[in-house]
Parts: sequence; C-alpha cells; structure tokens
Amino acid sequence: MKRLAVYLKPFIPRMSVGFCIKAGGTLVELVIPWILSYIIDDLIPLGEIGPVCVWGVLMIVCSLLAWIGNIAANRMASAVARDCTRQIRHDLFRRISYLSERRVDQFSIPSLISRMTSDTYVLHQTVGMIQRLGVRAPILLVGGVIVTLTLDPVLTLIMVATLPIVGAITFYVSRKGVRLFRIVQKASDGMLRVVRENAVGIRVIKALSKSAYERERFKRVNDDLTEKERTAEKTMALINPVMSLLLNLGIVAVIVVGGVRVNNGTTEIGKIIAFMNLFTIVLNALMAINRMFTMLSRAAASSARVLEVLDTPVELFETEPHYSFLPEHAPHIAFRNVVFRYDRGTFTVRGLNFELQRGETLGIIGATGAGKSTVIRALMRYYDVKEGAIEIDGVDIRHYATTDLRAKFGVVFQNDTLFKDTIRENIRLGRNLSDEELIEAARRAQALDFIEEQGGLDAPVAIKGANLSGGQKQRLLVARALAGNPEILVLDDSSSALDYKTDARLREEIRLHYAQATKIIVAQRVSSIMHAEKILVMENGRVIGMGTHDELMETCPLYREIGESQIGEGRVGPAAGEGVLA
Amino acid sequence: MKEKVKMKKGAILSRLLPYLLRYKLLFSICILLTVGGNLLALAGPYASGLAIDAMELGTGHVDFSSVGFYAVLMVVLYVASSILSYALARLMIVISRRVVNTMRRDVFNKLTELPVGYFDMNQTGDILSRISYDIDTINTSLSNDVVQVLSSVVTVVGALAMMLAISPVLVLVFVVTVPLSFVLTKKITGFTRPLFRKRSAKLGELNGFVEEMISGQKTLRAYSQEENTIKKLDRQNDETVDAYYKADYYGSLVGPSVNFVNNLSLSLVSFFGAILFLNNAISIGNISSFVLYSRKFSGPINEIANIVGELQSAFSAAERVFRLLDEAPEPADAAGAIDLKAVDGEVELSHINFGYTPDRQIIKDLSLHVPKGALIAIVGPTGAGKTTIINLLMRFYDVDSGEIRLDGHPVQTLTRKSLRLNYSMVLQDTWLFSGTVFENIAYGSETATRADVERVCKACGIHEYIMTLPEGYDTVLDDDGANISKGQKQLMTIARAMLLDASLLILDEATSNVDTRTEQRIQRAMRALMADKTCFVIAHRLSTIRNADMILVVRDGEIVERGTHETLMAQDTFYKQLYNAQFA
Repeated sequence: MKRLAVYLKPFIPRMSVGFCIKAGGTLVELVIPWILSYIIDDLIPLGEIGPVCVWGVLMIVCSLLAWIGNIAANRMASAVARDCTRQIRHDLFRRISYLSERRVDQFSIPSLISRMTSDTYVLHQTVGMIQRLGVRAPILLVGGVIVTLTLDPVLTLIMVATLPIVGAITFYVSRKGVRLFRIVQKASDGMLRVVRENAVGIRVIKALSKSAYERERFKRVNDDLTEKERTAEKTMALINPVMSLLLNLGIVAVIVVGGVRVNNGTTEIGKIIAFMNLFTIVLNALMAINRMFTMLSRAAASSARVLEVLDTPVELFETEPHYSFLPEHAPHIAFRNVVFRYDRGTFTVRGLNFELQRGETLGIIGATGAGKSTVIRALMRYYDVKEGAIEIDGVDIRHYATTDLRAKFGVVFQNDTLFKDTIRENIRLGRNLSDEELIEAARRAQALDFIEEQGGLDAPVAIKGANLSGGQKQRLLVARALAGNPEILVLDDSSSALDYKTDARLREEIRLHYAQATKIIVAQRVSSIMHAEKILVMENGRVIGMGTHDELMETCPLYREIGESQIGEGRVGPAAGEGVLA
Repeated sequence: MKEKVKMKKGAILSRLLPYLLRYKLLFSICILLTVGGNLLALAGPYASGLAIDAMELGTGHVDFSSVGFYAVLMVVLYVASSILSYALARLMIVISRRVVNTMRRDVFNKLTELPVGYFDMNQTGDILSRISYDIDTINTSLSNDVVQVLSSVVTVVGALAMMLAISPVLVLVFVVTVPLSFVLTKKITGFTRPLFRKRSAKLGELNGFVEEMISGQKTLRAYSQEENTIKKLDRQNDETVDAYYKADYYGSLVGPSVNFVNNLSLSLVSFFGAILFLNNAISIGNISSFVLYSRKFSGPINEIANIVGELQSAFSAAERVFRLLDEAPEPADAAGAIDLKAVDGEVELSHINFGYTPDRQIIKDLSLHVPKGALIAIVGPTGAGKTTIINLLMRFYDVDSGEIRLDGHPVQTLTRKSLRLNYSMVLQDTWLFSGTVFENIAYGSETATRADVERVCKACGIHEYIMTLPEGYDTVLDDDGANISKGQKQLMTIARAMLLDASLLILDEATSNVDTRTEQRIQRAMRALMADKTCFVIAHRLSTIRNADMILVVRDGEIVERGTHETLMAQDTFYKQLYNAQFA
C-alpha cells in the first residue's frame, strides 16, 4: 500500500489545495451550529429582529460557502483519483507488455487481466473515497477532542482512554482483513476462469450438452467465492459495533466519574452535557475513519497484486546493443549446441546445432509436442536458452536489443491473434507501412481476393477474427508477416487451414519475392518444406534427422514414413512437385 | 453492438427487489433489528439525561444510587445495541452474499442457455465484467444502502412526529426545503444517470481491450508493438477514467447540495423561530429542541441523498446485468420434440439457405443425402462455407430456409440435446478446461471409467504422454493448458470425442495439427470405432480422405462437385485441380 502511495506524490499540491478547501468547508459547517446557538441563546432573548436577520443571513452565506467549497473539493478529489489511476494503469500495462514470457506463464494471462482491470478499479475507488472522508473525519475527531480538553481535561482523558484499545482492535482486524481479501481475490480469479472457459468453449459444451455440468462446476466456484467473501466481510463487520460499544462505555465512565467530580465541586453539569454532544461528533468521525480502514484493507489486497507485477523485473529486455561490429561471413542464423528447458514441466529440447545462410530455407517437421515451436520461441528470444547460444549474423541474440532483434522477423505463430480493428491495422500492426505495401503483401499472401470481398482495407475484423474463416485468418496473418519485408520469415504451421492450391501459390510468391529473406517454416505437410535447403526432423525434443528432402528420404526412417504417407507411392521426390509448379 | 433503449428505473428496481424478497424472513428480522437498534440508540442518551438530572443538585448532593443505577442501565443499553448492530451486520452479509451468489448463478445459467452466436458477437472481457464488477457494484449498494435507508426512515418519522408536536407552524419551513432538496436531487441524478451508464460501459470496453491485448501479447511483441499498444491502452484508459471521473464528480454534487438545503432550512428555522418567539408563539427551549430534532430529521435525508448517488451506479450496473439476462436464449425445443436416441445416422439436407448476417448469404440452396455409415468429406477452398455446414448440422445456428433431417426426422422436431449427443465432434480450436486430464477426456460421457478413458487414450496414442505427466491422468491442466502443446491438446479432444459413443462424427480440420503418422493411427482407430457410423470430415489433406464414400467439393457456398475420389479424378474436375495442386 505504502509503495503505491508514490503515485499520489505528484498530486500532493493539488491534493493539499483540495484538502484545504475541504477543511474550510468542514469548518464553515461547524460555524453554522455555533451561530445557531448564538442566535437562540443570546439574540432571541433580546427580542430584536434586526440582529437575528443579520446573523441569519450570515448563516446562509456560510451554507453557500460550505456548498461551493465541498463541491470544489470533491471535484479535485475525483480529478486526482482519475489522474492517479490513469498513471497506475498505464505503468501496469507497460510492465505487463515487457514481462518475459516466463513471467507471463507464472502469473497466467487471466490473472494479469484481472489485475489490470478489477484491481485497478478498486484502487480508483479507494483513492477518491479516501480523499473525501480523509479530511472531514480527522478534523471532526481532533476538533472534538480539543474542545473537550478545554472543557475538562480529566474527563477527556477518561473518554480518550478507550481510543488506544479501539485503535489496536481496528488495526488487528483490518490486518486480518487484508489477508482475507487477498484470498477473496484469488477465489474471484477462479470464478472468472470458469466463466471465461465457458465463453471460449461454448461449442464443445453445447455439442456435449454439458450445460448442467458446467452449471455445477460454476456453482462450486461461486459458492467457494461467496464463502470467502462472507468470511472476510464478517471479520470486518466486527469493528463498528465493538468500537461504538467501547466509546459508549467511555461515556458511562465519564458520567460516573463526572458525578463524583460534580459532588466534589470540580466540574459542572453543563460541561457533562457538552461532553455528550461532542461525543457524538467524535464517534461519527471514528466510524468514518473505520470505513476508510475497511476500504483500505480491500485496496491493500489489490495494490499488493498490482505491485507484484510492477516489481517483477523485466529480464529479457535490453536497451543497449552489446556488440560493436558484426563479424563478416558469419552465417545468418546459427544454433550452437542449444539446450532449452521450460520452467514448468520437464520438457527439454536439446541437440540443436545448425547454420543457415542468408536466403536459405529451414523446414521443421515432426510430431506434435516434438519441440518445433520451441525452436522459434528460443530464436525470437521469448525465452532464453539454458545452454549453448543462438547467433544471428555471428552475434549472440542476447547481445541485441530485443526490439532490434525482433525487427528482423516477420512471423506467424501457431494460432496467432487477430485484433478487433480494421483489416489494414491487422496487417500493418502499427508499423510504418503504406497502403500499397499492405496491399502487395495481401496479394502475395493470397488474401487480396477476400479482403476486397469484405470491403477493402477498411473492412472490420471482429473479435478473434470471428467474421473470417480459418483459412482467411491464416492468410491475413501471413500478409502481416510478409508486409514488413522481413530479414527472417517465420511461419509456424501457418497454412494448415489453407487448401493445397492456395498454399502452393503462397509458397511460389514467397520464393519469388523473398529470396533474400531467411525462411523458417514449421509444417505438418512434407510438401510445404520439401524444397528447403535444410530440413530438421524432430521427435520428443530431439533432432533425429537433418538434411535435404532427398537425403532424409534415404537416411531418416520417420521422415520417409511421413513423406510416403502424404505424397503417395511413386510420387516421391522434388521432380514431381516442380513439374506442377513450372 | 448498439445499446438498446435504456431501461426504466422502476423496471430495474422491480427486478432487483425479488432478489431481496426471496429472503423475506431474514429481511424482516433485519428490519426488526434496525428499528430495535435505533430505539436503543435513542434510549441511551435519554438514560444519560436522567443520570445527569440526578446530579442536578450540585456539589455534595449528587444522588449516587441513581447515577449508579442509570450508569448500569446505560451499559446494558449500549451492550444490547452493539449486539443488535453486530447481528444486523452479520445478517446483512448473509443476505447480500446470498443475493450475489444467486445473481452470479443466474447470469451464468443464462450464459449456458445463450446461443453460440452470442459468444461470437461479444467480447469475453465484457461478459466477465458483468458477472464480476457489475454484480459487485449492485451488492455494495444493497448491503450498505438498504440498511441505511431503513434506519433513516425510522429516524425521520420519529423526528417529524416530535417536531409536529412542538410547532406545526415551524414545520412549514420544511414544506419549502424538503421539496427543494428532492427537486435538486432529481435534477442532478437525471443528469448523472447517463454518466453512470457510460462508466459501466467504458469499463466493459477496457476489460475487453485488455483481454484482447494481453492474450495477443506474443504477436504484439514479435512486431515490437509494445509502445503502440501502450498508446492504444492510454486512449482507452483515458476514456475509462474520464467516464469514471464525470460520474464520480457529478454524482458527488448531490451530498453537498442536500447539505446546503439543510443548512438553509436551519437558518430559516432560527429566523422564523425568532419571529414566532417575538409573537410569544414559542418558547426558547422549544426552539432549541426543534432545532435538535430538525438536525435528526435532515441528517438522514442527507444520508439518503448520498445513497441516491450510489444507487445510480448500482442501477446502471443492474441494467447491464439484466440486459444480459434478457438476451434471447437458444429458442426452446419445439413442443413435443422427440428425444431421439441411438439413431442410424442418416442425414438429409434439402434446399438449405443460410447467412450469419442477412446481407451476406453463405450457403445457397444446398441439398445432400447422407446414407447411414457413410464417410462424407467436405473439401474446398478456404472460406467456401465448410465449417458453416457443421454449425447447421449441430444446430449452433438455425437455417434460414430449407430442412435438415436426421433419420427422417426434421431436426427442429428433435430436442437439441439428443440431436447434438448423436454427434461426436472434434473442432479446429481445441478446448480444455481447468480440471484433471481424466475429467477433460471423460467430459462427454458421465459413465466413463478410468479403464474406458485409458482405452481411448491408447487408441489415440496419447496414453504414454499422459503417463509422463506428474500425476498422470490426475494432472490438473492449468490456465490455457500452457504446459501442454497444441497437438497433445488436440489428441486429448480427439480422445474425448472417441469416448462418446455417438452414431455420427464431425471432424473439423481436426487433424491438421497432428503429424501424419499419428493421424493415420487415429484414422485407423476411428474407422474401427465407427463401423456403421456416419462421419463428416472437413480436411485439407486430400490424401487422408481418398477412401471417403462421398467427397463434396464446396465452392462459394455451393456444392459444385460430388463423388468418390476415383470418379472425381477420372474427369476434369475442380477437385482434380485441388488434388494435383497439393504436391506443388
């Protein structure tokens, strides 16, 4: 909580002004009852209407001042809360944007989303509320206590004696509350996860008529969340009654001791009556302060979750390149005895050892889970390798600035994302590219026909590309990868939804226009990679074969099996394929 | 999506109330506790007054037995009042938590009834924001404000009665000021209501945006779009905090304004009180008590005004929740729909027309007869309408015109459940939920035993892999199944479909992420499993469907060619072009 207070720092001047106005407004409001008692006690008995009018008008003026002052203060409080939240959300999103893949896995995407939304929302609410309650309540509390001190210090001490106990209880309970609310937030993540899964998997659920099962599943997480919310709230509910009880007992003590003192002649009854009135003010102030504490303990849980992200170091991001010159004649891409391991699970990829010259094509083929996508993740430095090194132009990729490194790539991932935006923006993706370049890329990616059908570059793409078919999505993604004329083109299973004809045309376009780009193509079909200069056959995280199509057909049994099953008897070999192309 | 006409406040309220009224008994106890607590709270000061009276004689003459008696009485009263208020708080928590629980359940149950189209059209983030943030907002109002309003009403009524007793003439002041504060409140809230609605909507948008961006992060990074995305977030964020600010600020006008009216009435009371006094119509003591009571009177009114502000946000949140609850569910099964079990698997499509939107027709006059046990392959260029056929077969969407029959029954006359359970389905997008591997695979059939699950897993060649997981079949798949590759996920969904002993099978590009060796194994297992069953396969790898009983070539939503691999290859067909092109 304290750590997030940094965000309030820039607003201290504005907040101080707001506080002053609010304090002024509160004090003016306190003046009103004073004028009232003056009118009743002193002016009315005089029997003159003149002074009553004057003071009456003064009261109205004070009311107006309080009105304007409070509104102005509220406005400032809201503005500070707005600007502060804007900054927190901005920083949080920036941090999330630069988190390493490893950390994103640790947090999990849904949890990051809820930190970015519901947690910052709680903070927004809190910052606004605290400013509003935070001035008025302490002024009333301190003011009330000061006035009682001037009346009778001994009685005040008796009344105030209960305050430390109240403070201790409030502190203890709200500290417990922080823990409990953190548990609540976790349960809430669990509840949201089930809802998200249902939104995403609706077709499967409907197909299997599992709605009842899902309802049951939701009931469990919902009940669990409700239970935890109830526990947390029950705990916090203890504070108010205990507090008012303790203070009321203090008042009883004041009366008893006051009785003795009246009997001794050390105090008067009028003072005890005044005590009663002031006591109400003090109690109300304390209640308000407690409300703040309840809110703060909720906010503390949220701010801890936000801070956890903000405090996560950005591991992979390098701002300054670490090399001074590029070695000449180095291969464009080189994997040198690379070993890679994910944090979770035991999956390891090892034995990656190969070089690619500029313009060459690397094909990667292998069973699912063999580690094909891992090669790409390591090359683009989403994760760092455990052993060995990956070099581009002879320099270890860890010595590049990440932005420079990634700028070399045009990539389509397996199951890549389309955004709810125009087709233009989905291809361009924020890069500085002209419409002509975009259209040319779309043409090469075989996407131009359907783009024109949809209404051109300005046509909308729905959420998750829902208005496009699987093949259209893939072609749009390929257009995105081609658009920047990348140095390295990575296509991870990016044509699985394309029919062979489109796929073939696409490959021909790439061959014609991207001769200088080094290509890495992950595929299931032998036909997609059979012309590659180098083909990597992977199984269970190991490279079990490397070479050209012809070599592998000779030496690698797995490759031969795949090749024969896909291409059919007697049609094996590049000659058959090239015949069609030519 | 355009927001429809706004809901009336009364309509929202009349739908919120039933949630509370479900707990009539508990709620009545709450009211009793509130009234009791307030009365005790009023009695405490009264007893203290009596105690002070006992000191009235002054130095040396304090009646200690009375003081002692009243002191003990006060302790009793205060303890009782604290217990009551704690009990009230606990009870309110119980009620409000139950209400929230019910609401969330209602929303979720509604989600399970909505047609597939709803999820195609709405952002998940926005749905999530309704079930979490919006319901929480409603709850905050319910649990705090309802009690506040109740106790305020008790106090207002009591104070008004006392004031009337003292001076009906002075009460006339309130005839001016109370309507004034109501008018003021109404004006302000009329102005702020759209602001609160906008605030909820903007938050939903932000959620949707954040969800989309964080989920697509890998891609954004590949193109170094971090900064651009942050800029986009900033825009969205600006709109959101600004909408919040406007609602917050204008909403907070209510409190000070009502306060002002109260202070105004105090001034008027003292002024007119003075005039009355000069005319000997009232005593000073009475003016003093009148002022005290008018404070008690206006205090709660002020409270209520504050609450009105909070209710505003509760109302717009409730509106979003009810709007979701009002979405048209999947139409109910026709009256007397048949629960068709264990079909032969004969499918007949006649003159089907369909489009997702009225302006773009995707399927035009499609007719097709599928005998039982046939293997139907649907091939064709992307975007030609192949997946749409599946949406129609499963009744995820209903046809615009034409008819689909299963075993001679028009599908509209069957229950959706029985229709869908007659199909096993493996989709392009693999879907696993956060449960164990076993739960995920046994998802389709409640009666499946461990042995059944292992059998299909072995048939799919995923058994060995599962056994290498830390807990085998009991391994819990976490968010997004991030620790499992896509191909393995797909094999699990294939195992899931295989376990479901249905007469018809749908494979939608299902094996496109499985290597051919595994795919062949799956194909063999499936063929064995599906003897005499009808199968629809959408595949691009034409080599895998050469043995299909019928191949449908779809182009631009129409079936342009049909036949077996041999007959199609024997002529100069579009299929032949496609087939030959695959080796290029």
